[in-house]
Amino acid sequence: MNGIVKENPTFVLLLGMCPTLGTTSSAINGMSMGLATMFVLICSNVVISLIKNLVPDMVRIPIFVVVIASFVTVLQMVMQAYVPALYATLGLFIPLIVVNCILLGRAEAFAAKNNPVASFFDGLGIGLGFTIALTLLGGVREFLGTGKLFNVAIMPENYGMLIFVLAPGAFIVLGYLIAIVNRLKKA
Amino acid sequence: MALALTGFSVVAGALLGWVNSVTAEPIAQANAKTLSDAIAVVVPGFDNNPAEAADTVEVNGAQYIIYKATKGGQPVGAAVQSASNGFGGPLTVLVGFDNDGNIIDYSLLSHSETPGLGSKAAEWFKKGAKGDITGKNPGQEPLTVSKDGGKIDAITASTITSRAFLLAVNNAYAAYKNQHVDSASGASQQAKPAEKCDTDTTNVEPVKE
Repeated sequence: MNGIVKENPTFVLLLGMCPTLGTTSSAINGMSMGLATMFVLICSNVVISLIKNLVPDMVRIPIFVVVIASFVTVLQMVMQAYVPALYATLGLFIPLIVVNCILLGRAEAFAAKNNPVASFFDGLGIGLGFTIALTLLGGVREFLGTGKLFNVAIMPENYGMLIFVLAPGAFIVLGYLIAIVNRLKKA
Repeated sequence: MALALTGFSVVAGALLGWVNSVTAEPIAQANAKTLSDAIAVVVPGFDNNPAEAADTVEVNGAQYIIYKATKGGQPVGAAVQSASNGFGGPLTVLVGFDNDGNIIDYSLLSHSETPGLGSKAAEWFKKGAKGDITGKNPGQEPLTVSKDGGKIDAITASTITSRAFLLAVNNAYAAYKNQHVDSASGASQQAKPAEKCDTDTTNVEPVKE
């Protein structure tokens, strides 16, 4: 369970920055992206730890990528079929989960050396850490940018500072959140 | 080594093929539902299935899809899918017209406009909003923003998006009218596409959004 706080992929390891910055314009988007990544991470971790003895060392990276890409494609088709609205919002970032370095990183560093049960919980922990980080980032940006949280209006209309919904806001909020997490860790 | 990689790829491919066959039908249904929902919003009160009564017309090299709505066999209007170049990329809009060419409602199908600025186009031109275009007829007067001498209030700080949006609506009208006259009177008279309704979007000045 190190992944949630101590080795949080976003705030501590600084992995997977592309979806982190790109999809967190609202709390719902951030959370959906986190959950989608968690699903792929858990599946690929378990499968990779199951097949690790069958995989020749020299081609392990291509094989890991095939496994990850397969699960991403499955996720993409299922989302398109059953939650088309969400699929339209996250759009391009779903296929980009394939190149999210958190997934290959965990496959190499953990799943390839541990049993399926431990790999499952590693995927769950890192996935939750990623989801929490993205939801938090999305929530802060949505609140500052539009005055809403999870699409529920909290502040009166026209309250928002637009910059937080746009790209620069993602960098600003992420920087402050990392600073806060570091400060809390020192204390 | 090569064998292992091939083996894993074959297994992965088979798995994906299976998932694809399972989800193909729901995906098609979900897409059809999105379209028919959008049509139901922009031209209410039909009893046919406009999504199946689609016509593709070409005006000045651009393609428009016209979904004809009928009630009891009588035409009640149509939803026209039209596109133009917005500030961030293509902007696709579905416009509903009644038989006279008055705008009933519209739905922004897809766009890449700036969130919080140009993306307001989804609501800005709706009934009761600041840039209300419902009930207007682009045939009598092409829709243009007030900055260009028109009567429509542009989205604040998003003139390019507003111009692109209105261009798409005007073009949709031109496509609808051409086709409408064709089907109603056997093309005895071709309705003139509204003035300034060229599909050329390059003449939009690159002003700051």
